[in-house]
Amino acid sequence: MADPAQSLSFQDLILTLHDYWGKQGCVILQPLDMEVGAGTFHPATTLRSLGPEPWNCAYVQPSRRPTDGRYGENPNRLQHYYQYQVIMKPSPSNLQELYLGSLEAIGIDPLVHDIRFVEDDWESPTLGAWGLGWEVWCDGMEVTQFTYFQQMGGFDCKPVAGELTYGLERLAMYIQGVDRYHDLRFNDAVGDRPAVTYGDVFLANEQQMSKWNFEIADTEKLFRWFRDCEAECKASIEGGVPLAAYEQAIKASHVFNLLQARGVISVQERASYMGRVRDLARGSCEAYIEKNKAGWEAKFPGWSL
Amino acid sequence: MADFLLELCCEEIPARMQAKASEDLARLFSGKLAEAGLKAEKLTSYVTPRRLALIAHGLPLQTEAVSEEYKGPRTSAPAQALEGFLRKTGLTQDQLEDRDGVWFAVVEKPGRATSDVLAEAVPAIIRAFPWPKSMRWGKASISTESLRWVRPLQGIVAILGTDLVAMEVEGIRSGFVTVGHRFHHPGEVTITSAADYAEKLRAAHVIVDQAERQAIVETRAKALAAEAGYELIEDGGLVAENAGLTEWPVPLLGQFDPEFLQVPPEVIQLTLRINQKYFVLRDKSGKLAPAFICTANIVAKDGGAAIVAGNGKVLAARLSDARFFWEQDKKIPLAEQAKKLERITFHEKLGTVADKVERVAKLAEWLASEGIVPGCDPALARQAAELCKADLVTEMVGEFPELQGLMGGYYAREEGLPEAVADAIRDHYKPVGQGDDVPAAPVTVAVALADRLDNLTRFFLIDEAPTGSKDPFALRRAALGVISIIVQNRLRFRMEQVFLAACDDDLDEFGAVFYDRIEEKLAAFFADRLKVQQKEAGVRHDLIDAVFALGGEDDLVRLLDRVHALQSFVETEDGVNLLAGYKRAANILKKEGVGDTASTGVAQTGEEDPGASLDDPAVGDAMRAHDAYMPEPAEAALIAALDSAEPRADSAIAAEDFEGAMAALAILRAPIDTFFDDVTVNAPEPEKRAARLALLGRIRAAVHKVADFSKIAG
Repeated sequence: MADPAQSLSFQDLILTLHDYWGKQGCVILQPLDMEVGAGTFHPATTLRSLGPEPWNCAYVQPSRRPTDGRYGENPNRLQHYYQYQVIMKPSPSNLQELYLGSLEAIGIDPLVHDIRFVEDDWESPTLGAWGLGWEVWCDGMEVTQFTYFQQMGGFDCKPVAGELTYGLERLAMYIQGVDRYHDLRFNDAVGDRPAVTYGDVFLANEQQMSKWNFEIADTEKLFRWFRDCEAECKASIEGGVPLAAYEQAIKASHVFNLLQARGVISVQERASYMGRVRDLARGSCEAYIEKNKAGWEAKFPGWSL
Repeated sequence: MADFLLELCCEEIPARMQAKASEDLARLFSGKLAEAGLKAEKLTSYVTPRRLALIAHGLPLQTEAVSEEYKGPRTSAPAQALEGFLRKTGLTQDQLEDRDGVWFAVVEKPGRATSDVLAEAVPAIIRAFPWPKSMRWGKASISTESLRWVRPLQGIVAILGTDLVAMEVEGIRSGFVTVGHRFHHPGEVTITSAADYAEKLRAAHVIVDQAERQAIVETRAKALAAEAGYELIEDGGLVAENAGLTEWPVPLLGQFDPEFLQVPPEVIQLTLRINQKYFVLRDKSGKLAPAFICTANIVAKDGGAAIVAGNGKVLAARLSDARFFWEQDKKIPLAEQAKKLERITFHEKLGTVADKVERVAKLAEWLASEGIVPGCDPALARQAAELCKADLVTEMVGEFPELQGLMGGYYAREEGLPEAVADAIRDHYKPVGQGDDVPAAPVTVAVALADRLDNLTRFFLIDEAPTGSKDPFALRRAALGVISIIVQNRLRFRMEQVFLAACDDDLDEFGAVFYDRIEEKLAAFFADRLKVQQKEAGVRHDLIDAVFALGGEDDLVRLLDRVHALQSFVETEDGVNLLAGYKRAANILKKEGVGDTASTGVAQTGEEDPGASLDDPAVGDAMRAHDAYMPEPAEAALIAALDSAEPRADSAIAAEDFEGAMAALAILRAPIDTFFDDVTVNAPEPEKRAARLALLGRIRAAVHKVADFSKIAG
């Protein structure tokens, strides 16, 4: 970027996006307090993209991908990172323009930087979800996943939601012109209170969590947790509390990711585990729909599942 | 006459779909015009990431009036018949004409305004457009019946002459207004007519003609490369893709750290082309240059400096990943990597990849030690086969699966393994398809063959033979690969012998595969593949059938030599005449009920000599009757010719000189012709008749030594 000194700090990037999307009518939510692999897992996206009610929100979601851990040594890869997630339902007709406005807001001039919408269809087998859209390139770097959801949990999205997922570290590294995430300015110095870097905040976390993910996590316990979450999810569906069931599905999904990182799931088993997670997610979505269907039908005449 | 402009504006259309969509629009539009009896003088199609457009030049403003005449019932017919006719035509009785006692209806269809036709046609095309993948969006998507398009449809421009063709699709109304370049021209662009469409958009930084954008990308990229002292590695697909990603393409040249050139060039090329859609350059010596060309969609305020810097940074991150993989992988010997294959399932019924590798190694070694692959060191064949799948677990192949084989070759060379082993690891997947290079180096041939033979045998053993359009394990391609390798290298062996080895000499398995399956399935499967391959190579399929009908031949090289000799022979005058004489003889024999010995019921075990079953009792009797009378001169001449030709053909065949065998048979042509001219086969004397039929039987049998001529057309 032109002048790194004047570019947004990591936290100002988030605050600017909050401000921008808040003004577009989005509810600014706080992150889900659970381990997830991506912002899409937040029920504010998964469950809220089902049903006819309008829903517009934005939030930051800490995301964990145990297999991406590099003990803090890789300049670009982290096992814990942040996604900025925007979900707008129904998708507004000017969603692309709104998105481009957000890039300008964080200081990307589209007549200096080359912004491109490159085909990239999104699919999450574990959520039984898919959509069409693009990865947005800024000077050849993917900065955002832009998707029109077509199905979620195996159900048609009626209406379709537009989803934007910004990779915050990547975007910030780009804006600040740094090559390693460690070096990102998290905030700016104020008076004698010094600025803090992303590395100051998270390096130790990356080192220790990578070690735990790859070396320490007790796989027997993980297998047990998976079974427990699965059972709890099914019991919650039975018990008519789909929101609780969905939380257990998320947990099972994360435990599965940990098992993957530990390398204890064989190729054949992998498909079967993914199928089990998908069944939990779908079952939760189905129960959620079941619970809300009558209300939706009453409120939105003509809407049907 | 007027020109019609149609533009369908939407969010970014995937580059790979644009050309087809543009063709589809023109095709569907012409179809709709034709249905209404209209035809444009010319259609011009344009496509950009954000719009599909079409100009129909010289459209009549009205469709022709049409008069259609229908014949009805007789005037004397019952009332119901008349009523039915009136319903069908929509007329009243006084509008009908009585022509000699038969009702006729003349329906006049007036011409329609072309704009009305267009206003109906365009929405119909939009609703049924054949996108490979389409989606719903926005408020309307509350119903799954809502309009589908590749990405949200944003606007329709429809102008006939200078008049709007009004239409509405899913709340989108046609108008004169479209959009210009996303960033250079954020406002609206108003189009007056087809005539100013392209130029108005050009003024708004949009080049609507994809061919023009492609030409810009290509010429500019070449020029940039030349300015930097390099040469562009041409890539038509990449030109089209970049032209499909931009409305105002601006190629820019950037550099990367030459240190990255330590990584194999194929890796760098893939990273640039596939991941980043950059052009690759080479220097004067033909080596990869440390530079790239990206294609921006803007004329940047700073001349593109920020864009080049940004792209360079992304590329550097990707290349350092690639270099990291390369360095990491090199630290681990392939033999060490190969151990990890024990953790990968090859197929649930066929064990792990490590199991497969062991089978392939054993078979490759055997192919070498048996001399089936001549000049191949068995130890090297085993070594290469043991390592040939090891690169599947390397970081690099994990990242770029298309580099399998190639990376293994690089790693083997880095490790200092023998060249022949490294080459075999690199090339054992070849030939990948028709027209690909066929391996010739002995160690590579042994591994390539063993890999495929193992797949064929094992998948047939577990009943996974291809059926219909389903061939999940690409066995047809494997069989074609086997055939190409055998034929190009003239490898001599019997297929059964090799399949016995591929069954690991397990007699039970071999029994099952050989007698229950290969006999009926794998052999036939190979025969089919061979026919397909030969047909594509231009060999007449009746000739292939004629040789196959002999049966008992599973040495592919010998079989094809026979086919090729036959092909040249039947095209000569001798061949044509011999075939005619043969057919005449065979027809008489057929009529007389003298059995055909060579082309029926021949077992395919490979043991039979097709000529050996000549002890047909009828023929034998006739032979014995032969001495009972004095043959006529033409008959004697034919006997003499056969006596001379048969042993010559036999010895030529034994020497696999099929051309020689054909030449020997060719001398039969004149005596056969004379025989048919001068001699009556159906002589009243039974012994003469029997002797002459026997003679015809000898002709047929002699010819069948080479091929079953009854299968040959003509």
